[in-house]
This record gives sequence, C-alpha cells and structure tokens, in this order.
Amino acid sequence: MTSSLSAIAPRRSANVMLSRVANSLYWMSRYIERAENISRLLDVNLQLMLDFVPLDDQQLKEHWLPILRSAGDEETFFKHYETANSQSVTEFMTFHEENPNSVLSCLFAARENARQIRDQISLEMFEVLNDCYLFLKSKGARDVWNMGAHDFYEQIKKYSQLFQGLTDSTFPRNEGYEFIQFGKFLERADKTTRILDLKYHILLPQVSDVGGAVDAAQWQAVLRSASALEGYRNFHVADIVPWKVVEFLLFSEEFPRAIRFCLQRVDNFLHLLAGTNKGEYRSEAERAFGRMLSDMNFMRIEDIMNSGLHQYLETIQTALDHMDDFIHQAFMEHPPTDMAAEIRLHQQETQQQQQGLAA
Amino acid sequence: MLLDSYDKENFFDEMFGEDAKAHPHYQKVLERFQRLTTAEYRQKQTAVDLAFMRGGVTFTVYNDNQGTERIFPFDLMPRVIPAKEWDLIERGLIQRITALNMFLDDIYHEQKILRDRVIPPHYVLNAKHFRREFMGCDVPKGIYIHICGTDLIRGRDGGYLVLEDNLRCPSGASYMLENRAALKRAFPNLYQSARVKPVDSYAADLRKALQYAVPQSLGNEQPNVVLLTPGVYNSAYFEHAFLARQMGIPIVEGRDLIVRDARVYMRTTAGLVPVDVIYRRVDDDFLDPSVFRSDSLLGVPGLVSAYRAGNVSLANAIGTGVADDKVIYYFVPRIIKYYLGEEPILPNVETFLASEPKDCAYILENLNKLVVKSANEAGGYGMLMGPWATQEEIEEFRKMIIANPRNFIGQPPISLSRHPTWVSEQEDFEGRHVDLRPYVLYGDKITVNPGGLTRVALRKGSLVVNSSQGGGSKDTWVLHGDD
Repeated sequence: MTSSLSAIAPRRSANVMLSRVANSLYWMSRYIERAENISRLLDVNLQLMLDFVPLDDQQLKEHWLPILRSAGDEETFFKHYETANSQSVTEFMTFHEENPNSVLSCLFAARENARQIRDQISLEMFEVLNDCYLFLKSKGARDVWNMGAHDFYEQIKKYSQLFQGLTDSTFPRNEGYEFIQFGKFLERADKTTRILDLKYHILLPQVSDVGGAVDAAQWQAVLRSASALEGYRNFHVADIVPWKVVEFLLFSEEFPRAIRFCLQRVDNFLHLLAGTNKGEYRSEAERAFGRMLSDMNFMRIEDIMNSGLHQYLETIQTALDHMDDFIHQAFMEHPPTDMAAEIRLHQQETQQQQQGLAA
Repeated sequence: MLLDSYDKENFFDEMFGEDAKAHPHYQKVLERFQRLTTAEYRQKQTAVDLAFMRGGVTFTVYNDNQGTERIFPFDLMPRVIPAKEWDLIERGLIQRITALNMFLDDIYHEQKILRDRVIPPHYVLNAKHFRREFMGCDVPKGIYIHICGTDLIRGRDGGYLVLEDNLRCPSGASYMLENRAALKRAFPNLYQSARVKPVDSYAADLRKALQYAVPQSLGNEQPNVVLLTPGVYNSAYFEHAFLARQMGIPIVEGRDLIVRDARVYMRTTAGLVPVDVIYRRVDDDFLDPSVFRSDSLLGVPGLVSAYRAGNVSLANAIGTGVADDKVIYYFVPRIIKYYLGEEPILPNVETFLASEPKDCAYILENLNKLVVKSANEAGGYGMLMGPWATQEEIEEFRKMIIANPRNFIGQPPISLSRHPTWVSEQEDFEGRHVDLRPYVLYGDKITVNPGGLTRVALRKGSLVVNSSQGGGSKDTWVLHGDD
C-alpha cells in the first residue's frame, strides 16, 4: 500500500493510527538511537586519546574533525569554537543546543516527540525519556560530565537501552511498533556507516596487506564505537584486522549493529508497514533499497575495498535517505491543510444550503 | 506531635468540630498523621512530588517562550467526606445537571422558560455564550452537558453551596485520579483501613458516556471517539493525553481532522477514517474557523456543518456556555423549580445582579464588602475581592459596572471552609481554605464520581484556589460509611 492518503479507509474502531502519531513514534525512536550512538562514539574516542602520546593541535584536529563531520555540523561548530579538540568537539556534540544532533538536542527532541504522543506509549517508556530530560536539564548533568565524561555517556546509553528494553516489554506489537523499529534500525544502519567511514582514509590500499602499520587501537575503537568488540572477537577469535573489521560491521547477519543486520530489519518492517510480500517492492525508493540489500548477498569485501569503501558507504546512506523520504510521503505527510481554502469551501457549502432552503 | 497546636480559629474546619475534636470520619486520618515525624512527612512529600515530575503530571507555565513545566502542588492530607454528606452532594448535583440540561434543550428550541417569564428573555438572548445560530438544532439523545465539574464550597455553617457550574470544558479530573494513585502509594494501610470509595472508574464511565452520545444516524455501530486538544503546548495537555490514554481513544489536534461532505475524518496512516464523537477540549469559539473565529488555527473548518447535519457529536455540545454565565447562575434555583418542581438540594451563594437597578444600587454602595465577578470569566480572573481591594481597584470596578451592568454580579464573600494543610515553613499543618469540584457524567444515566478535586488556597488567608494563582490540591475521600 503506497497509500494515497486522502483515500477514505474502511471504518476500523480500533488501532487506527494518526499520521502525526506515526511521525512522532518514528522520530522519537530515531532520536534516542542517535543519542546513544553519538554518546558511544564520543566516549570511545575520548578513551582512545588516553592511549596516544600527547598530540599537538594539528593532530588533535585531524582526530576530531572527521568525528565532527560524521555526526555534527561543522559550520555551526566553527561559529562557536576556534579549534577542534577533545574538549570543544565533545562539548559541542554533547550539550550544544544549536547543534540539532547534539546528545542533548536529540534527547530533548525524543522527549518532545514522546510528549506529543503521550497517550500512545506506556508510562514506563515516557518516564525513561522524561527522567533523561530532567537529568539533562539539571545542573547535575554538566557536573557528571565534568567529573568524568565516561560516566556521563554510560548514563545516556543506559537511558537508551532501558527505553528500548521497555519498548520491547511494554509496547503492543502493532503498526506503531513497526514505525519505532523501522526508525531505530534505519538510524542504526546509518550511524554504523558513519563510524566505518571515519576510518576509511587510513585503510591500507591493498586488502592483502594486512597486519601492517595500522594502529590496532584505532580499529579496536571502531569496533567499540559500535559495541562490536566482543561480537567481533567471538566471531573471528583472531587479531583485529582492518578488512575483517569492515567485513564484520558491513556484512554480519548476526550482529545487531552490523549494517546488513540493520538493513534486513528495515526491509522486514518496510514490508509490514507497506503491506507487501517479501521481495515485493512497489515504489522506486523501495526497489532501490531492495536492490542494494540483495547486492549485499553477492558482494565480497575485496570488491568493496577495490571500488572504494567510502563510495559504497555513501550509496548505503543515500538509499537510507530515500527510505526516510519514502516513509514520510507514504504514511506521515498528508498535504498540509490550506486553512484559507478550507474555510472558503465550507462557507460556500453553507451558503448554498441556505440558498437551497430559501428557494 | 503534628497538629497539637492546630487552631481552627473562627472558621468552619473540615476536620475539627466546635469542641476542637476531630470529626469521627477524620479519626483514622488524624491518628495516622499524628504518628508521622516531620522528617517522615517530608520524605513522603518528596517521593510524591518526584513521581509527579517523572510521570510528567505537570502543567505548563508560560513566563518566557520556553514554558516551564510545574507540578500542581499536592497536599498529602486527604479531605474526607462521610457517606451521608456525599449522598446529599450527589443528589444535589444530579438534580442540578438534569435541570440545566433541560434548560439548554428548552432555550435552543421552544424557549418556554422565557415565554413563561421565569427568566427575563434578554438575559439569555444577550448572553455572550448563547449561540443563536443553533436554535432548533437537535443533539443526540437531547444531552448537552456530557461532562460537568461543579465547584462547591462550604461557608461558616458548613452547608454546601454551589459556587460555579462549569459546563464547557471543565478540567482537573486527571489530577483527581493521579492524586488518588499517589496517596495510595504514600499511605497504603491508612487508605485500606479508611474504606474509601474508588474513583478509578472515571475514565471508563467517561468513555461510555461519550460512546452513548453517538449520532442517531449511526445506529448501533461502534462509534469512533476522539479527544480534540488544542495541542501539546496547552497548559492542560497532560490531562488530555492522560484521559485519552485511560480511555484508549486517539488524541487529535485540529490539523489531524478534515471535513468532507459534512463528515469528519481523521488523517491516519491508512487514509481517512471517519470520526463520530469528539470529546473536545477546545472552546466553542475555536472549534470551526469557517463559522466562529476565523483566526483560530486550532479548529477544523466545516466541523460545525458536520455537527448540524447530525454526523458528529460534540461533548459538551455547542452553546452550553450560556448556562455557565454567572448571571444565568442567579436563576438556577428557579430553573430547577421550573423544570423539576423541586426545591434545590444544593443552594446557590446569595447573588446580586448589577443589571437589576435595586441590586445594582446595593452593589455599588457595598463594593468594599462584596465579591464582584465578571459574568464570563474563569480561573479567578476578572474578580474584585471588595474587603481586600484597594480604593483604586474598587473605583475601577465601579466604572466598569456602571458602563456594562449586564456583565457583573455581586456576592457576599464566603469564608470558605478550611482544612489542615501542610505548611513547610512551620513544619506543621495550618488551616487553609478549600473548595470541591466533583465530576458529573451524563450518559445513559447521570453519575457523580465519588470523589473529585479538592483545591486548596496555599497562601495564608487566601480564598483563591486556582492553580494559576497559588492553589494546590488534595485527594478527596468519599467514605463507604460515616466514620
């Protein structure tokens, strides 16, 4: 059902979902997932710095700028800060209210969306987001961060994990659940592509040339940014090898933050929402998405390394953006009401009726 | 011990009688609260406040463009009403709503009460909220007032009086339910031993009353009921979301609805779905910009034509505000007598109409002794509290009354009954003035939820209980028995 939203649906007494509600559920879910991912990314990179010999300004900038680019808004950043270093970038990406992707902005937006649909989610789910909001609004949040950023990011991740667990155990498995999951996996897939993209430039040109000078700590950090270190070790029982890391985070069908895993879930919920059969894709956006997913079945990591990881990750990001557009157009965005036209329409109708009565 | 030095002074006290002994129905509450240390009390209060804050049981105050969310201050000591008193309140409210509903049906149809000169017609016909354009418009099952929250007070002799009928969009029921849940958590054993009537059925009863209001044209089909809110930035949004969730119905904003061929639809992920009954928490003026205020962005163009065509029900019906008018209030005892042939069970507060020359003279002579109210304001606004007012305020009202007498009434100030209420500076209870708002639902029969919202003026000596002006609330316990 690539629905034409102005069509009149059959009367259903229960389980109808307002488009506005679908939109809020989707964004609530995306924002909290985004906050968790950014928290993890910042936490891991701050810890990574501890392993380095003290870096000069230029080196710091080289480390933090890609991170800033991956999730934040570079332009806004330099409006407020002179240089990119651990302090300035993490502060900007954690607390800055003008950065729409800061942890704080994401969680405020998640909570605001939850408030818009307060009647649709369980009290437990709302309480977690509200607790998180009250924590971030309090002076205590900044204090915790200053005392030790790690504890702060742990706290944020816990809120997100608690929220997702409660969604699992308190939210009915209906259309709303599908929007929540769709949003979560779409966001997660996107963020994993960005974590991988961070390091593409330090990948060695030859796939065969492994175990070289690449800093294992850096790749360990990539894995930890996706909570994937243990998953990787468990899968490979071997040293951390760059191309294997990429392969794992791209292609694993088992690991829940791997891109392919996420895309398969997106595909699954897409079919549930659209009411289509598996393998059936109706719109151009759906077809492009399906093609990309099936390509993954035949691709080898060597192909991707040869043709360029960065380009491949961009392809995925673009397909995800198109999915986002599609879901909005198909389910969430009724053409906005033209109030003036509506008022005219109904006033004319009333006049005609009155004239009819008079005649 | 707490309350040892409590002084009821020269007021009617809910808890203590003339001999300074607690009434039998307060005995258990008193014993329990006297066993508390101040530290325990504070700890319980903190726990309750935190639970409200976490659950988002808040209202929004707009001092700046951000909007601050605050909890409605909640006093832990419950207000207790014995069964025999409640019986009187219940009968009185049912009588009053029955009569007011008959009054609305009459003035929007034959206007017998005006033709019989029981009420001078101009009072009704010129009332701000009289909707002339809905003359002759039938409402499903003849019900206009589906939900009513009547404000009751008690004066010095302890008799219950009606202060206001809130017949448009009375609010506060969610606080009644949340207050009860909080008190059950704070004092589980006391609650159980006191044998209190539960209030929990309110949401289910409200849903049934709304379903009962289904338009006749729909027959027996299960109606689609929605709650229409002005939106998330409305100060009562918490209540709207709360009630919708409790009833399991969608909460919608104006932009979620659209009218086609005199039918209301909501915009869903599956397309347009018809809507049959709207529990609207939006005032008449904002419902439909093609009929009422054209600058309203909250409303739904065409809603009124769908309503007129009998394709959608509104709760409460359009035009109930006329019976809320403080001038019409004056006539409610006559309205009861006219339609039901009964004496009012719950009397009015003595009232003078500024538009009657004799009354007007009295009001103007006694401005410093009376409470003067505008006919159509709520929330404690547009009021002159004569005995406490400055000379300038009095003169300002004098001018306004002379300029527009129809818009004012005068009442002797009622020294509302008081209730022991926690005062944190004193770390003890002191008397504070209270009122009571029970909630009445009109479905296949009229029911009064056993409880209601007790509002308390937290400022010492204040008689204003509104949340916007320093008011708090208490849980209200209606007992199965009399002690």
